[in-house]
Amino acid sequence: MAQVVKRPKRKNPVERTRLPTLPPATRSRVALGLTAAAARGRFELQVCRDCGAVQYPPREVCRICLSQRLFWRRQDGMGELISDTTLHAAQELFFRERLPWRIGDVRLDSGVNVIAYVHHNVGAPPCRIRIEAALDRSGQAALVAMPERGRPALSDDPKLREMTCNPRARKILVTDGKSAVGQAVARALAAAGADLIWIGMAEPWKKSAGFDALRELPQAKVVPLDVTDSRSVRELAGEIGGKVDILVNTSDCHRAFSLAARRGVETAQLEMDVNYFGLLRLAQEFAPTLKARAADGDANAIAWVNVLSVFALSNYPPHGTYSASKAAAWSLSQNLRADLRPAGVRVINLFPGPVDDEWDQLEMPPKLSPAALAAALVQSLQGSVEDVYPGDVAQDWLARNLESPKTLERELGEFDR
Amino acid sequence: MKTTKTKLTRRKSAAKANVRTPAAPTRGDLGALLVSGNFRLVDLTQTLSPDFPTIVLPPEFGQCRPFRMEEVSRYDERGPGWYWNNVSFGEHSGTHFDAPIHWISGRDLPNNSVDTLPIAHFIAPACVIDCSAQAKADADFLLTAALVKRWEQRHSRIPAGAWVLMRTDWSKRNDPVAYQNLDDTGQHTPGPDPDCVRFLVNERDVLGFGTETIGTDAGQAAHFAPPYPCHYYMHGAGKYGLQCLCNLDLLPATGALIVAAPLKILQGSGSPLRVFAIVPAE
Repeated sequence: MAQVVKRPKRKNPVERTRLPTLPPATRSRVALGLTAAAARGRFELQVCRDCGAVQYPPREVCRICLSQRLFWRRQDGMGELISDTTLHAAQELFFRERLPWRIGDVRLDSGVNVIAYVHHNVGAPPCRIRIEAALDRSGQAALVAMPERGRPALSDDPKLREMTCNPRARKILVTDGKSAVGQAVARALAAAGADLIWIGMAEPWKKSAGFDALRELPQAKVVPLDVTDSRSVRELAGEIGGKVDILVNTSDCHRAFSLAARRGVETAQLEMDVNYFGLLRLAQEFAPTLKARAADGDANAIAWVNVLSVFALSNYPPHGTYSASKAAAWSLSQNLRADLRPAGVRVINLFPGPVDDEWDQLEMPPKLSPAALAAALVQSLQGSVEDVYPGDVAQDWLARNLESPKTLERELGEFDR
Repeated sequence: MKTTKTKLTRRKSAAKANVRTPAAPTRGDLGALLVSGNFRLVDLTQTLSPDFPTIVLPPEFGQCRPFRMEEVSRYDERGPGWYWNNVSFGEHSGTHFDAPIHWISGRDLPNNSVDTLPIAHFIAPACVIDCSAQAKADADFLLTAALVKRWEQRHSRIPAGAWVLMRTDWSKRNDPVAYQNLDDTGQHTPGPDPDCVRFLVNERDVLGFGTETIGTDAGQAAHFAPPYPCHYYMHGAGKYGLQCLCNLDLLPATGALIVAAPLKILQGSGSPLRVFAIVPAE
């Protein structure tokens, strides 16, 4: 049964806001391979190139033939729960605060045994299960045994809900609601059960099609916010910073010019001011309060989402200056992630390909509709990921970039405009 | 328009009875006036603030950067004993001055940028034409040469080298949305019609034209012939513009001296500035 998440009670002002505790976060370098895959929503294990044996825990040499030729490969996670245990005592502060905690011993069909958290919909052992790799509050991969059938969500389990950033009953700031993407995101968050959505509006004198209709959402509250104006960001953070559970940075400036197509730096500066410095301003004003509220009961701060672009991975010359600004934002988001991770606040980056909006007008399909991008964003919050590449183009670029960044760079440079 | 004319005529008769139209003090009188203390100063400047709107152009054009302010230090680790900011803005943001070089028609004139224009022009008399009632009734109100001539009948002939300031009380619109007054056909703000500008330039040899709105031209002036006539004719003749003025309602129709000295920006096309009026006591 899906857990019904209710609107949290109002905070009791005489009680101290607790500080966040995290599950053990230390991993070996090789074990971070699990996290790297989980960050994209995949369960991968090492496989031996020589004898084909699947490995667990992550290691330097094959557990069967001692070969060093191990590579990470996606797993289906099917297996059997052999036994389970419910912990009632723990030294780790994180578990101590959350006892009792159910764990299980799983035999994967691929031939390895793992210890995993057990979703509360999983019955008593022995039974068939499916292992998922999810990110815990420390940002590291943890394995979760899910029922083989029925596909319940992680957030249906009250303990494992913390591995997600489910927007249900949350208070969310969408930094720019005027763009097509911003509007779609606000609507999708409302449909996903957000309690309150602050919708940022810059330059109120410029009307934006569809924006006024957003005001009719019962959860929506339009607030002035211009991420190019430090004062505006500071004032909004002063007003609502202590209430925001999830910040969704949809602020975006895209003027679609290559280096040679426009003289001067004005337009590129504007892109940088919104896409890079905008994120910096938001981070400086909102991140400290998010960290301070990371363990604020059920109404705690849990996530920060950036809508970046797959153009951040490798410069796309027809959108060269935009690509550069998104690459800068991507880099800064890694700084933000490192800053928020010790508090257990997750930073999710979305890297969409061309979006079906004004500034990608001349891009050939397939283009991601704003609604599809918004759906991917909500899904990333409901799930347990850090990096999302929504749509076919983004998936294609990601695969090519993983295979050979140089080849991708050269291919993208062959545009004929 | 008919209503407007009627109103103005009615006022004219009132004016005949009551309104004095003192001449602005000459340059020679100025020293004596300042020493006498027999004057008041009126600040005609809007506060430079990030919230103040700038001109709206289609997004594919280059844009005027709005005023922005980043704190350098505030008695803290970035500068323990002092507070200061770095500011950035377009030349045409806030209450600002337009130099002839701003427009293509004035590009080849001598001394056409803010760093080279004659400093003698920094202080000049002002003729204030009250169009506030008409602008209140019609956001697209246009000042015509005929209305200017009627103003002259009521007050005095506009002297050569004077600022003509179009009072609309538009600066009292504190809500930036109402101030911009945009709809899907563009901006709706008052300004002069082409014939009026030609009259002021050719027959009155004014120093420049000043408004309370974002442009010296009307909001719909892109559709006039020529487009943006106030910019085109004024700057083509070496005249200036003042925009986003306020407190014009505190000025007499004639008699005030305007102090408007733009920043000395190399090859600058204009600049935000502090504009104020010296108004001799009656």
